[in-house]
Amino acid sequence: MPDKILSPKPDLVAPPEQRAAVARATSSAPAAPPVVTPAGVALPVHATAPAGLAVPAGLAVPADLAVPVGAAAPPPGEAGAGGQVRRRRHDILAAARPLLRRPGFVLAALFVVFVIVSGLVPSLFTSYKPSATVPTDKLKGPSMSHLFGTDELGRDLFSRVLHGSTLTIKATGGAVLIAIVAGLAIGVVAGFFGGWVDGVLMRIIDILLALPMLLMALVIVTALGFGLLPIAIAVGVTITPAFARTTRAEVLRVKEQPYVEAARTGGASWGRVLVRHVLPNSWGPVSVLAVLDFGTAVLTISSLSFLGFGTPPPAAEWGTLISNGRNFLITSPWLSLLPGLFVGLVVFSLNHIARTLEEMQR
Amino acid sequence: MPRYLAGRVAQALLVLWAAYTVTFIILNVLPSDPITLQLSAGGADVSQLTAAQVHELKAHYGLDDPIVVQYFHHLWGALHLDFGMSLTQNVSVGSLITDKLPSTITLTAVAVVFMLVFGLAIAFLATYVQWRPARTLLARLPAVGVSLPQFFVGLLLIQVFSFSLTWLPATGTHGWKTLVLPAITLALPGAAMLAQLLTRSLNDTWREPYIVTARAKGLSRWTIQVRHALRNASLPALTLLGVLVGYTVVNAVVVETVFSRNGIGQLAQQAVLGQDVPVVQAIVLIAAGLFVVVNLIVDLLYSLLDPRVARAARAA
Amino acid sequence: MSAEAAVDSPAARPDSGPIVELSGLSVGYQQRGRTTLAVEDVNLTIAPGETVAVVGESGSGKTTTANAILGLLPSSGVITAGRIRIAGTDVTGASDRVLRAFRGNVVGLVPQDPMVGLNPTMRIGGQIAEVVRRRGVDKRLVNAEVIEALERAGVDQPVVRARQYPGALSGGLRQRVLIAIAIAGHPRLIVADEPTSALDVTVQRRILDHLGGLVAETGTSLLIITHDLGVAADRADRVVVMQRGRIVEQGEPAAILLRPQEPYTRHLIAAAPALSHAGGVVPCFTDVTPAPEVLRLDGIGKDFRLPRTASGERTFRALDDVSLSVRAGQTLGLVGESGSGKTTALRIAMGLEKPTQGRVHLDGVDITDAGWSELRPLRRRFQLVHQNPYSSLDPRFTVAQTIAEPLVSFRVGDRASRAARVRELLDQVALPAAFADRKPAELSGGQRQRVAIARSLALEPELVFLDEPVSALDVSVQEQILTLLLRLQQDLGVGYLFISHDLAVVAQLAHHVAVLRAGRIIESGPAADILTAPVEEHTRELLGAVPGQRFAAELAASAPPGTKR
Repeated sequence: MPDKILSPKPDLVAPPEQRAAVARATSSAPAAPPVVTPAGVALPVHATAPAGLAVPAGLAVPADLAVPVGAAAPPPGEAGAGGQVRRRRHDILAAARPLLRRPGFVLAALFVVFVIVSGLVPSLFTSYKPSATVPTDKLKGPSMSHLFGTDELGRDLFSRVLHGSTLTIKATGGAVLIAIVAGLAIGVVAGFFGGWVDGVLMRIIDILLALPMLLMALVIVTALGFGLLPIAIAVGVTITPAFARTTRAEVLRVKEQPYVEAARTGGASWGRVLVRHVLPNSWGPVSVLAVLDFGTAVLTISSLSFLGFGTPPPAAEWGTLISNGRNFLITSPWLSLLPGLFVGLVVFSLNHIARTLEEMQR
Repeated sequence: MPRYLAGRVAQALLVLWAAYTVTFIILNVLPSDPITLQLSAGGADVSQLTAAQVHELKAHYGLDDPIVVQYFHHLWGALHLDFGMSLTQNVSVGSLITDKLPSTITLTAVAVVFMLVFGLAIAFLATYVQWRPARTLLARLPAVGVSLPQFFVGLLLIQVFSFSLTWLPATGTHGWKTLVLPAITLALPGAAMLAQLLTRSLNDTWREPYIVTARAKGLSRWTIQVRHALRNASLPALTLLGVLVGYTVVNAVVVETVFSRNGIGQLAQQAVLGQDVPVVQAIVLIAAGLFVVVNLIVDLLYSLLDPRVARAARAA
Repeated sequence: MSAEAAVDSPAARPDSGPIVELSGLSVGYQQRGRTTLAVEDVNLTIAPGETVAVVGESGSGKTTTANAILGLLPSSGVITAGRIRIAGTDVTGASDRVLRAFRGNVVGLVPQDPMVGLNPTMRIGGQIAEVVRRRGVDKRLVNAEVIEALERAGVDQPVVRARQYPGALSGGLRQRVLIAIAIAGHPRLIVADEPTSALDVTVQRRILDHLGGLVAETGTSLLIITHDLGVAADRADRVVVMQRGRIVEQGEPAAILLRPQEPYTRHLIAAAPALSHAGGVVPCFTDVTPAPEVLRLDGIGKDFRLPRTASGERTFRALDDVSLSVRAGQTLGLVGESGSGKTTALRIAMGLEKPTQGRVHLDGVDITDAGWSELRPLRRRFQLVHQNPYSSLDPRFTVAQTIAEPLVSFRVGDRASRAARVRELLDQVALPAAFADRKPAELSGGQRQRVAIARSLALEPELVFLDEPVSALDVSVQEQILTLLLRLQQDLGVGYLFISHDLAVVAQLAHHVAVLRAGRIIESGPAADILTAPVEEHTRELLGAVPGQRFAAELAASAPPGTKR
């Protein structure tokens, strides 16, 4: 059926009618010989892939494997369990490919990876001790030897920011972990079981959502005291309600899908439906929110430490650094502004990653 | 309609009560030793006190009653706008708040107006302008606004407009000049979020089939944007307006600290720093009250803008 | 094709020339620097007063062609070759400002889906007034013209309707409002893009008749975009068949239908039930052998609680005293329009919903009150195929996983035997074995429906419930699926309960037919009786609404016998 292959190729901006056309081109008469490849559907591998961008070695796959769909039949002898494993890896690679084609996403991801690595092992990127004071070098502007300059005691600001990352990463990780565990549990229970359980849980969530996040965090910090752990708990608790809400909405949406009903009428138990259909299909939007929540948590945590509720000195969280720098704003603005810009970049990168993931799911 | 309104008001009061109760529980039940917490906030070093002195202080602050009694006592007081005495400052919470409320209300009101104007304008232009670079820029701009920490924006504005250009004062509470930079800082994240929401909503609306119908009538893009798209697109954004206003108001805590403005936000920062429970509790109630009122207004606006909701409301 | 009327000067006498003139038009959609053509080298003229129908399946480019005429291509759409002339003016690649002058007043549009075609937050009158005002009508007269447009579009109580919001109107009324919007601009051409495909067949017919009448009355030209050759044949002066962006064939309906030159046209004719039988709905099974009963619904009633209103709690009777029986190895066609309760009946029969009254018997066992776990062993014997194959398959499951899922759920066989069964089922639904590893996104609608059918057959059920299984598919694919279902019934002896709004589709499959209206069975019996000698008026109306009959009747009256296909 060569004429079929000549049919217009679909693309994402073409109207649905257009896309369906190509999809249909593979259907045609049942008596026809097996269609080897839905030619139109297979997105050709772009020559415009960001060749210059660093692609982790593990992801550099032969082009033909990365074609998302319609890679014809698997070669003989690959069916069965082995084929399944391959198939799964193939899926992941296929999903990663369009992401790597977006330079903005790659930059954002690289920056986030840099912040995490430098936060966990700061000595990789700086030779200065965050607490080493050099009175002769105090309040020096940014230079090659001191990337972010030095503070009023002559401490290297870049090193202090990187060591601050360690604290922020711990607090952020803890907060998001709380939100994911509690939010997922509440959302799945409410959405899947429905009825009065759902009613009660959602009323509580509504009330928690009625309190602006920062306010809620302030209340918890007042009760628990200052430091890394209270801040992490406060931020975790405040982002949980929105997380639970989204999870519930997703679970409800998937639960209403005809394929869930099809599974039920096919004799599947609710447990199987939950594990095999509902959870995998709700994960997309929930994971996007989780990435967004990292950004929100970073912002809220640095706000709280800016207000003075963070780890006591000499350890300095990002917000604390910025707060300290305020006193020297007229003479040495970099003390506040460079760490602030750093925080902004981290949040921007996280938001950008979340948005890209969301667009991919559309 | 009156029944609908009464229902909404009752719901609002319920949320207010629930918010009060939740904060009361967190502040009074969660800490392992709430009494020590509150006494030390009052400046007393508990370890140095005799049992009798501790007892006396507890009685003074009403901390020796069972927690349930304390709860109803405070709730009753709050109903009469009596929030008790501050633990760190020797004045009533009520007088502290009435002192600082006006400047904060002015600041947040200006900020909310800025937020609405900036947010609407950016979203409107981002979906109306047809020159691609401008469109892309306007659509991406809010993502930056959402990501920048508010204290950073405040400090940057101070650095540029107060120290470098010396156009506006960096700190202070009096005069309109002191209001400009804080209000812009306060409005920025909310405006960015509103712009994001509305841009997305407007883009979705422009893809609706009834827009095709409108275009087929031969209407201009301007007419379609103003008469057809904007109203429909504002409905999803409207549901989040309450959240955005609440968000903007609560961030006064950060902004007033940055600009050293004497207001409720700064009071809140100091109260948390001093673990002054009655003050924190009162501020939460005020913020929640404001939030509830805004949401009530949003609900009514919604039923005015959306005939489908209006019909359901009339039927109730 | 009509004469290639040449217009010497656009300004001279535009009224005399064709209203639309497409010459060598190619339209493509751009993405990432590539242009994919949706319409290629299309030549089409529409003369004043002429009704032209463009027929094609999804992806044929018919909607793109219509959008190009209206200047409403999406921003990614570009005209890559050819010219468009509207009323003698070349508007190829013109700016929106220029095109706007033609929209509404020269070319009007009746869009596809009335449910979403009107602005929900604006009163009906206001939406029509926008068009009226564009003609420069005096402010004081606008209202009167709005009411007149509504009246002419066949809207009852036009004064009341003008003050209502779209949400208060039914789909049929909304479609009439959209027609009122189109005619209010006094255009010289109305483009009707699948104007009624979202409506019930009887409403569809009435509205198309009305539109046809209006156009004839005012001498307006009409361009009908449709996937249904029957609709085109009934109403058009000229039929244009499109496939994959190109015009395959065009001419008068009689010429196209009786002497189709192209295999694709012949294929479309064969797929249109009423046309392939030269008019009339012909039942597939005329004599039905008695068979044992598999499923019986006895006096089923179902009440739904309506949302509380001022008048207190109310209930809505969705089904009233419905009795049905499905026989082994045979098909019961349950026909009704939207809201008639046919889906509720199916859900009750499947035990997905409990009836308010009446009993459900499966193989003589009363399953009315059985819970899910009691029903579970019985589920092996009856399975369901959903209406929409785009949502009934889990997007994360491969075809093999989907088909094998009922086997896994019931712990039938081991890995190897299930894989073998999947291969067997794929073969039965005529899909290549290589499809086993594909995901739904890689399949077309027809292929997905085949997978859904294979899944329903995995447990070798006695009875399969088919909930409008072809209504979401293109005509030619519909045909193939129906043929497949027939073959499977012959091979496997499975019984079907087939739900549809379309009597022509039911006729191809059903041994027995029951007609449902407003929750009641108004007529039931062997397909041959119901379809050839209906007693009830509503059944006759449903039969009469099957497109293509008017043309067939005209043909039968004029042509000598023996020219039937």
